[in-house]
Amino acid sequence: MSYEEVIFYFVAALTVLGALGVVLARNVVHCALFLVLALLAVAGIFILLSAEFLAIVQVLIYGGAVTILILFAMMLTRVRDLPSAAGGLDGPQRPFAALAAGAFMGLSILAAVSTEWPGETEEITLVPFRDLGESLFRNWAAPFEIASLVLLVALIGAIILARGEEGE
Amino acid sequence: MIPIQNFLVLSSILFSLGIYGVLARRSAVLILMSVELMLQAVSINFIAFAVYLSPEQFTGLIFAIFVITVAAAEVGLALAIVLRIYRNKATANVDDVDTLKW
Repeated sequence: MSYEEVIFYFVAALTVLGALGVVLARNVVHCALFLVLALLAVAGIFILLSAEFLAIVQVLIYGGAVTILILFAMMLTRVRDLPSAAGGLDGPQRPFAALAAGAFMGLSILAAVSTEWPGETEEITLVPFRDLGESLFRNWAAPFEIASLVLLVALIGAIILARGEEGE
Repeated sequence: MIPIQNFLVLSSILFSLGIYGVLARRSAVLILMSVELMLQAVSINFIAFAVYLSPEQFTGLIFAIFVITVAAAEVGLALAIVLRIYRNKATANVDDVDTLKW
């Protein structure tokens, strides 16, 4: 086993541990912290795939912004008081959820393992930032502009939705 | 060199855990966190395919960038909606928000 594989298995184990924590933890703040663990471990996976730019973006946007936003929403909606209310964090449909997720996992793992992937490269080539940026701003300029419009609309929409009642 | 199957199996596990969370959790905020896990699985798949199967083009990497962009917008909007629901109904449980018309 090469040292790359050792690192991969370690980071993958961290990712799965974090994901398990997100869906199974009984304390919602622990859920959010497990989510941070999973997201940072996924950034490690991106580095193993030599996608450094995405790893950096992942740490900045997910590790920073998204988790903070989720923690704020938790505090504002008082999800913490849920377990004392009836039923706890999970609904009665848990066994069916586990069944559906397990069935999907079995199918997709089977498909991934049994397929012969064509044109597999021997060596991962590092993607230079420069080429990625050129491709993004030349070949994908229109989607890029649309993405910025989407962000603007989401920004305005979030402000209007969360604003208060005084306008009504 | 790590075989591509490893990454695909990892992303399958991550996506399934996300499915379980979306189906089993009751709070809208926790469901959103599970959706984030599923988006991460999709990003891993995109990047793995881009790096292993077509290293000359960056289509998968660009798609992963757009996935992250849309996920950021989605989280912002969805949490605003959750806040709004909480303000109106004093709960963020999706089970309790089942009235289509009041």
